[in-house]
Amino acid sequence: MSALSHLGGAPPAAGPPAAAEPERRTGRRRLTAYLLLLPGGLWLVLFFVVPLVTLLSASLYDPSGSVETGYTVTWHWQNYVDALRDYARPFGRSFVYALVATAICLLLGYPLAYAIAFKAGRWKNLMLALVIAPFFTSFLIRTLSWKLLLGDNGFVVDVLQALRILGPDGRLLATTAAVVTGLTYNFLPFMVLPLYASLERIDHRLIEAGGDLFAGPFTTFRTVTLPLSMPGVVAGTLLTFIPAAGDYINAQLLGTPKQRMIGNDIQSLFAAGVYPTAAALSVTLMAAIVVLVLFYVRRTGTEDLV
Amino acid sequence: MAGDLVLAGLCKRFGSFTAVHELDLTVPQGAFFALLGPSGCGKTTTLRMVAGLERPSAGGIRLGADEITELRPYKRPVNTVFQSYALFPHLDVFENVAFGLRRRGVKQVRQQVEDMLELVELGEYRHRKPAQLSGGQQQRVALARALINHPEVLLLDEPLGALDLKLRRQMQIELKRIQTEVGITFVHVTHDQEEAMTMADSIAVMNAGVIEQLGTPVELYDLPATTFVANFLGQSNLLEGSVLDRRGDSLVVEVHGSKVVVPAARARVADGAVWVGVRPEKVHLADGDRPQDGAGDQVNCLRGAVVSDVSYVGVSTQYLARLSWGPELTVFEQNTGARDTFAVGDTVDLNWQPAHTFVLDAKQDAKAGVEEVA
Repeated sequence: MSALSHLGGAPPAAGPPAAAEPERRTGRRRLTAYLLLLPGGLWLVLFFVVPLVTLLSASLYDPSGSVETGYTVTWHWQNYVDALRDYARPFGRSFVYALVATAICLLLGYPLAYAIAFKAGRWKNLMLALVIAPFFTSFLIRTLSWKLLLGDNGFVVDVLQALRILGPDGRLLATTAAVVTGLTYNFLPFMVLPLYASLERIDHRLIEAGGDLFAGPFTTFRTVTLPLSMPGVVAGTLLTFIPAAGDYINAQLLGTPKQRMIGNDIQSLFAAGVYPTAAALSVTLMAAIVVLVLFYVRRTGTEDLV
Repeated sequence: MAGDLVLAGLCKRFGSFTAVHELDLTVPQGAFFALLGPSGCGKTTTLRMVAGLERPSAGGIRLGADEITELRPYKRPVNTVFQSYALFPHLDVFENVAFGLRRRGVKQVRQQVEDMLELVELGEYRHRKPAQLSGGQQQRVALARALINHPEVLLLDEPLGALDLKLRRQMQIELKRIQTEVGITFVHVTHDQEEAMTMADSIAVMNAGVIEQLGTPVELYDLPATTFVANFLGQSNLLEGSVLDRRGDSLVVEVHGSKVVVPAARARVADGAVWVGVRPEKVHLADGDRPQDGAGDQVNCLRGAVVSDVSYVGVSTQYLARLSWGPELTVFEQNTGARDTFAVGDTVDLNWQPAHTFVLDAKQDAKAGVEEVA
């Protein structure tokens, strides 16, 4: 009975004498729930709904407006057509870079998360702290450090040249590889942590049961551990892919205009006051990511695992 | 073909802690064998060594003619029903049961799985996930998942521990039926002495890493070899005594001035200080104010006890009777209606047959194996 009223519905088939008291209590409970929702709700309206509406309307401004003459919403859908026509390449590049970085993060992060979850023993907490440690410095500074690391006179280039992996004129900085490396580096913890969380939750006896039922270590991994860690794989890839696709710091600091990602264009268009195009690109990026994510989550079908 | 499971000098140490100490054990092929003991006695560790999930520190394991001590778990013809089942949560019932067959590349998986699900009466649940099943159903899936591989030995680690009492009794009968049907050696680990007694052909009682006694349920109950077995398997009354004399095939033991006769074959020690033991239902109460009839010598008798507690439990009445020098004996009397009933404070005589008496070494702790009242 009390469990039912928790759900907010009036208790079904309650007799008339007993009904009055629980109903009043239900009403009060409901009010409490709304009051608790209020601060968070206000915050969301102020900092999510309002900016989103502003962005959507900015994407439909008359493109002839400027900061001086002001803007009007004229439902100018042509903004989208123009933006996509002019910026199709950086768009494609963003998704390809983000995809490659996510794939590398998964390849690097899975063994790491696996080792922390199953093999680290008493080093577990230390290793987790090391995964999180980069967050103690700002994103910008860390990316700038990569600029030094990969610089033409840096030791990495020197070593690679000495080993003849890189030609005498070869460089690392200002290449596609540098941008993807930066993305991979910056978002790796977002891959490792959810992977670790889902691996760590796996009941060790399930792995023993796999061994008991004629599955060797690799088969047990393929048929038991990997499927059970899928929620972590999905969460990790999303947390890596989404920010990587919208990132512009790595391309700006570690790349050249040839490695421009869509974030760079949006940023420079906004800076130049070309709001309609910038907003149209932002909305398109957002929509594209939402569609991809929905498709991905639907395909991996993890809803009955989490 | 399969053969006896032989453990020889099996040891397992974790750091400085010895979980299993030089265990020697032969489980005959086709037996329903129980490893019984309190938690921490090493029974599960022993089972895990047979399964290959734990590496023995010393000793060996043989199955028929094959040495399997060093074999990886997935190469052993042995399957386990895990405590709390360890069913694969991402696979449905059918795929859980099919798991072992698929790993070995067996053909006609479908037919075999369906037959096995029929055996454990879970046919209509084949597409459910384990989380959608009750505890008893999960237990049967775990059993089917192991049995379908026709292991030479099936290991069961407290398989019924998570079930409620009624379901547990039902599954005990079920397990026994299935074992008889398939004829596979079952090694069943449990801390529930009643479970072990109902199901197993033979029981090894384990305590602190060693086997205290091995035998059929009747042998263990009728003639326990140690105070631990006497207390852990059912209840026992243990009284301090000392051996006076040997008379033919019998020993005469003095218990606080009274003489108690025990067949020599039922005594673990033949002289010195001993524990004299008798099971509570073997003791009969007689009215202490009535003079003894001439049965005298054929019956052991302790006179002048006072009833200190009476609890009526339907089929029987449980009495506590305090002897004049302090110790309290438990007595179960069947409520057949043919015998006298007593009240607290009544003076009674305690009678029992010499053939129901046993004698244990006094160096052992009289309280060993007494189950703590939860």
